[in-house]
Amino acid sequence: MAEIERVGEVIEASTTGFVAQCYQLYQMPPLGSLVKTGDSSSELYGIVYNAYTTSLEPGRRPIARGRDEASEEAIYRASPQLAKLLRSQFEALVVGHREGDKLYQHLPPRPARIHGFVYQCIPDEVKAFGESFGFLNIILNARLPVPTEELVAASLRQMSQAHEDRRSFLVAAGRELAVLLSGNLNQLNAILGRLK
Amino acid sequence: MTDRLGIVTSASLERGTDVRLDSPVSVEDMVVGRYVTIEGQKRRFFGMITDVSLGVTDPDLTLTPPDTTDPFIAEVLAGTSTFGTIHVTPMLTIGGDAATILEGPQPVKTIPGHFSVVRLASESDMELVFGKEDPQRFHIGNPLDMETKLCLDLEEFVKRSNGIFGKSGTGKTFLTRILLIGMLQKSKAVNLVFDMHNEYGWKGTREGGPPVKGLKQLFGSRVAVFTLDEESSKRRQVSTDFVVKIGFDEITPEDIAILRTTLNLTELAVEAAYELRKKLGRSWLRQVIELGDEELEEALKGTAIHESSLQSLRRGLGTIGRLGFVVPKAPEDAVKRILDCLDRNMNVVLEFGRYREISAYLLVANMLSRRIYNRYQQRMEEAIAADNEAMKPNPLVITIEEAHKFLNQEVANKTIFGTIAREMRKYNVSLLVIDQRPSGIDQEVMSQMGTKITCLLDNERDIDSVLAGVSGKSELKSVLARLAPKQQALIFGHAVPMPVAFQPREYGSAQSYRGFTPDKPTEKDIEKLWE
Repeated sequence: MAEIERVGEVIEASTTGFVAQCYQLYQMPPLGSLVKTGDSSSELYGIVYNAYTTSLEPGRRPIARGRDEASEEAIYRASPQLAKLLRSQFEALVVGHREGDKLYQHLPPRPARIHGFVYQCIPDEVKAFGESFGFLNIILNARLPVPTEELVAASLRQMSQAHEDRRSFLVAAGRELAVLLSGNLNQLNAILGRLK
Repeated sequence: MTDRLGIVTSASLERGTDVRLDSPVSVEDMVVGRYVTIEGQKRRFFGMITDVSLGVTDPDLTLTPPDTTDPFIAEVLAGTSTFGTIHVTPMLTIGGDAATILEGPQPVKTIPGHFSVVRLASESDMELVFGKEDPQRFHIGNPLDMETKLCLDLEEFVKRSNGIFGKSGTGKTFLTRILLIGMLQKSKAVNLVFDMHNEYGWKGTREGGPPVKGLKQLFGSRVAVFTLDEESSKRRQVSTDFVVKIGFDEITPEDIAILRTTLNLTELAVEAAYELRKKLGRSWLRQVIELGDEELEEALKGTAIHESSLQSLRRGLGTIGRLGFVVPKAPEDAVKRILDCLDRNMNVVLEFGRYREISAYLLVANMLSRRIYNRYQQRMEEAIAADNEAMKPNPLVITIEEAHKFLNQEVANKTIFGTIAREMRKYNVSLLVIDQRPSGIDQEVMSQMGTKITCLLDNERDIDSVLAGVSGKSELKSVLARLAPKQQALIFGHAVPMPVAFQPREYGSAQSYRGFTPDKPTEKDIEKLWE
C-alpha cells in the first residue's frame, strides 16, 4: 500500500470547500486531484481546484532578485529566507465525505476543521471514490474562479490514472456527463475534448 | 435471461409503445417484424417491432453534429445524447397469477407502465404463444431472425376459409404446398386442389433450380391426381388416377353467367342462356353448339331471344365447346369420383394440363365445386337430422388460384365460392384462396377469411385490402411492405394468436422432404404392437 502523503493543513474552511497551506513551498497537489481531511471516523473529500503561492505578509510583495544569478535555483540558494517568506496554498471543493465505511458523494454535515491535516488520496481510495459519479454534479454546479470544464476534465484525468482500464473509466464518466449536460452541448463537447 | 433491449418511455393502447434502446444495443440490429416482450409490473406483454428511429436529447446535436471520427466521443454519445428508439405494438398479454397463465395469452387491453424492461422474445416465449409442434400443430417456418419453430394450429386453420396472397414470384405456391402437406398430416380435412399450373400433383417448378416434388410423390397413398388433359400429363410423365371429362349437359346457364366477362358476353346473351335452357332442356348447350342456324331458329320460335344476343352467346359457347375436356356425354361422373376419393380420406389434385386459360379454370372449378358443395350440404343436413356425428363428411378445403376471378365484386355472389367463403364451415367446406390481386376480391369475402398469409405486396390497394379490419393496420403495413421479395410472409388472423412475419420452412431438398413425410414405424413401435 502506498504511503499516505500529507500535503498540508486546513487554514480556512466552509461547507463547500477549504483552503490548505502546503508544508513545503510549491508542494501543492495537482489540479483536479483528490485530497481528504478529517479523522478516521469521518473524512471529507475535496478536489483541488485552485492553488497559488503568495507572500506571507499581504503587504510585502516579492521583488525580482535574479538579475545577477545564473539560474532560478541560485536565487533561492542565495536567499534561503525566501522559503519562509512565501507560502503555497491550495483550495479544494468538497465533493463528498465518508462516515465509517460509507462513502457519500454529497456535502458533509459539517465543514472541515482548521488545522486539520490534508492528505493526498492513494490510488485505491481514488478508485473507490470514482466508482460513482455523483461528484460531477457538485463540480458542475459550483461557482469557481476556474472554468468548470477545466476542473471536471482535470479531475477525471487524475482519477483515470488510478484505474487499470483508463479508457472505459473515461467513457463511463463521459456518459454520465452526457446525461448531466444533455441541455448544454457546448460544455459537454468542451469537457470531452479535454479528457484525452 | 434474454437480451435486454431497453425501457418503455411512452405508450398508448392506440398507438403502441415507444422504447428507448439501451446504449449497448445497436439500432441496426433492430428489424421491423421482430418479437419483443415487455415486462410490466403485473403482466407480460408480447409485441412486434413496427418502427425503428433515432433520437437525440438536444436538438442542437443534429444541427452541429459532434466529431464522431473520434471513437471516444462517439462511444460516449452513443446511447446517451444520441440513442435509438423502437416502436413496439403490443399484441398479447399474459397475467402474472396462476389462473391467467392457464388461460394463455390474451389480446391486449392495457399498456405496460413507465420504464418497463423490454427484451427480445426468447424461444420459450414464442412457444408459449404459438405452441409446440404437436399432432395438431404444424411447423410452417421460422419467425424472422429467430430459430424458433412457428407452428400453426391446423385444426383451427381449416375451420375458416383462408387466403394466401402475394405478388407473383414471392413464393405463394411453395407456401401453399407446405400448408397442403400440413393439412394432409395434421388435420382431419381433405383437400381438393384446382391446380391451374400443374404445380401440386406430381412435381412443381422452381425458379433457378431443379423441379420439386409434388404431393403425390410424398404421400402417394393419400393423394389422387385427376387431370383434364391426359396428353399433357403423359408428356410430363405424371401417373394420373382419373381423366375428368365434362358433358355438355352438365353445364348450366349459371356457369355461363360467371364467365360473362371472360367470354365477352353481353347481359342479354346471358339472359338468353337461361331462356334456352328453359326452352330446350338439359341438352340446351349441345343443341346451341351443334344445330345449324336455321334449325336453331326453328327450335326457338316463340321465344323473345334477340338474334344478336343469340349470336353473342353462340360465339362464347363455341369457345367452351372447343375445350378438349368438354364432350357431348361424359363417360363417368367426375364429381362422384372426386367425392369417393374425399370420402376415403384421399386428397384430390385436379391438373389442368394445357388448359391454362382462365375460362376453362373458372368453368371447371366453379362447376365441380358447386356440385360437390351441394352434396356436402345434403349430407351434412342428413347427419344433423340423424344427430349422427359419424355421418358427417370429412371437412373439405378447396384450393383455388387466381381467386379474384371467382370472387370479384361482380361474380362473388354468383359463384359457389362466394357462398362457401361467406357461409364458412356450416357445411364442412372451406376455401384456401391463392391470389396476387387481393384488391380484386370482394370486400365481403375478404372480411370473412379466417387466416390470411401474405407475401410481399407492393400495390397500395392490395395491401389495404389484405389488411382491412385488422387492428394495428398501419403498423402491419410497414412490416408487410418491408418483407423480402422472396420466402418471407406475414400471417395473421384466426389461427394465430398474433400476427407474425416468418420465413416459410424449406421445401425442395431431400432433407426437407424427410421432415415432411411421416416417420416410418420404428422397431420400438412394432414391438409395442405385441405387448
